[in-house]
Amino acid sequence: MTEVLFFIEVVVAGLLAGTMYSLVALGFVLIYKASATFNFAQGAMVFFAVLAFVGFMELGLSFPVSFVVTVLLMVLVGFCTERLVLNPLMNQSEDTLLMATIGLGFVLEGLAQAAWGVEVRRLDLGIGDFPIEWIIDVFGLFVSALDVTAGIVAAVLIIGLALLFKYTRMGLGLRAVADDPGAASSIGIPLKNIMLLVWSAAGVVALVAGMMWGARAGVQFALVDLALKALPVLIIGGFSSIPGAIIGGLIIGATEKVLEVYLGPFFGGAIEGWAPYVLAIFFLLYRPEGLFGEKIIRRV
Amino acid sequence: MEQKVSNNNSFMGYTRSDLTNFLIAMILSFVAIPLVVQTDYWYSSILIPWLCLALAAIGQQIVMGYAGQLALGAAGFMAAGAFACFNLILRVPDIPFFVALGLSGLVAAAFGILFGLPSLRVRGIYLMVATLASQFFIVWMIDKFGWFKNYDTSGIITAQDIVILGKPFTSPLEMYLVILVVVTVLTILAVNMARGSTGRNWMAVRDMDIAAESMGISLLKTKLQAFAICAFYCGVAGALFAFTYLKSLEPVAFDIKLSFKILFMVILGGLGTISGAFIGAAFILLFPVLLNSVGNNVFHGAIDATIISSIEQVVFGVLIIVFMIYEPLGMAKLWGNIKQRFSRNK
Repeated sequence: MTEVLFFIEVVVAGLLAGTMYSLVALGFVLIYKASATFNFAQGAMVFFAVLAFVGFMELGLSFPVSFVVTVLLMVLVGFCTERLVLNPLMNQSEDTLLMATIGLGFVLEGLAQAAWGVEVRRLDLGIGDFPIEWIIDVFGLFVSALDVTAGIVAAVLIIGLALLFKYTRMGLGLRAVADDPGAASSIGIPLKNIMLLVWSAAGVVALVAGMMWGARAGVQFALVDLALKALPVLIIGGFSSIPGAIIGGLIIGATEKVLEVYLGPFFGGAIEGWAPYVLAIFFLLYRPEGLFGEKIIRRV
Repeated sequence: MEQKVSNNNSFMGYTRSDLTNFLIAMILSFVAIPLVVQTDYWYSSILIPWLCLALAAIGQQIVMGYAGQLALGAAGFMAAGAFACFNLILRVPDIPFFVALGLSGLVAAAFGILFGLPSLRVRGIYLMVATLASQFFIVWMIDKFGWFKNYDTSGIITAQDIVILGKPFTSPLEMYLVILVVVTVLTILAVNMARGSTGRNWMAVRDMDIAAESMGISLLKTKLQAFAICAFYCGVAGALFAFTYLKSLEPVAFDIKLSFKILFMVILGGLGTISGAFIGAAFILLFPVLLNSVGNNVFHGAIDATIISSIEQVVFGVLIIVFMIYEPLGMAKLWGNIKQRFSRNK
């Protein structure tokens, strides 16, 4: 019985940790949906946003004020990106845009470190990374409060974004742009504003993801590498699907934890580093467009 | 062009100016530099790493610039080559250095084929993620299995001395010459592959793989060949890098940052040109040196070293964006433009 409980515990911890990957992946999906651009800089945005947030806190600003200021900063980043990088590269191939966002990622990482330094910061959200007591009492399971919070925050964000896309004028425009940018702009949908909105939303998602990760692992450069794990999540879920990002994150989180706990000891541990990528390769061979992605049809 | 090929002045289809350029480069690198440059610093800190990284960049160039496959795992293949070379020299008695080097390239090539398999199904960013698996897996494997490191507990092992025909090559100048020979041979090979039917197949696949396939080019063969050759070049480069520049072997030296560096060399240098690999490698290597010396001499150390390295990152990022917008073909193309301008004025 204890073994079963332990297994459930591992899976639950994995699933909840997976929502953190989902949060990062969500930022990728937002931008990919609207502009068919794979934003490699999303990881750097996570790092940039949370470092800025901690930086403002250190200046003595209160929690909500720092949050708002950081959100405004991320909107500014989105604005600059749209004007300086995406606009001049309009109608270029996907690979060109991808490489440009790799460059953008380097710029953001460098700027963040130049402005706020390289040392590891602690971020205290007031939520401990400890097991919740009543869950131990009722189910006998050890589940971290931070994991649960991340799960709830991810759920709220996703529902919020889904409502935004479904019921607002902006959201309608965004779906039109995602469908066919040329047709959308020809009937007068403001492409630039939509892009700005999407990049700002991705910035806010990055900030939230960064706060969750930062509270667990400290605010440090390693966040960029962690964010890379959102890539296999996207492969599994599909690049253009928000539910895909969530389910992909859950699959990666759970599989990674289970493999690490049950297979890791045979290989000397730390297989978490590559297991998600190998899992992604198997998914690629079976279903290249991801679980929820649109089928890719290519013609000469 | 057609006329020039059949011209008496040409050799195997190379024009006369190609051959003069080649001769000048050979005389410069084999004779002039060893005669003029006497300080070890230049060899061990600039020329040696430049040649090694340029070789890896040629590999990246082949898979990305010629075959159009977005791969991001060059450092993983370099690690495979470096540790293969270490183990071959350690475990096979009296193995000649160049044989060990070639075999370690082949070991890396085997990994290249294995991790190139996803390229048959996916492209673009999907492929990039798949190749990241090779990066993380190879480094992890070397790190976790003690056999690769000869059960060394410190985690850092010293590379053996290079011995060729009983003579040790240990001074920076001697090592430079060894690398130069390898790089020259492999560069000539790469240029010829790129010009020949192999390269034409790669470029056809790059430009439109479905069209290439319908013309009878085997995607399986062409793509895997590109991955294997890329990994071979990276493997040899990694072995040379570890044996002459790092002088110690630790898996951490071959992390994803090095892969990004090699990617940038190719992008900034110019996709689809062999010379771009050399130009890009020189730029990526020399730019931080330049920035540091500006920081030290102009501002007299008033700027923190971490800030300088952050600025370096920002500048690299900005350059990549600028090149993508204004000159996607990179510095090699810029250089070509300048040359063309002067020759037109003549």
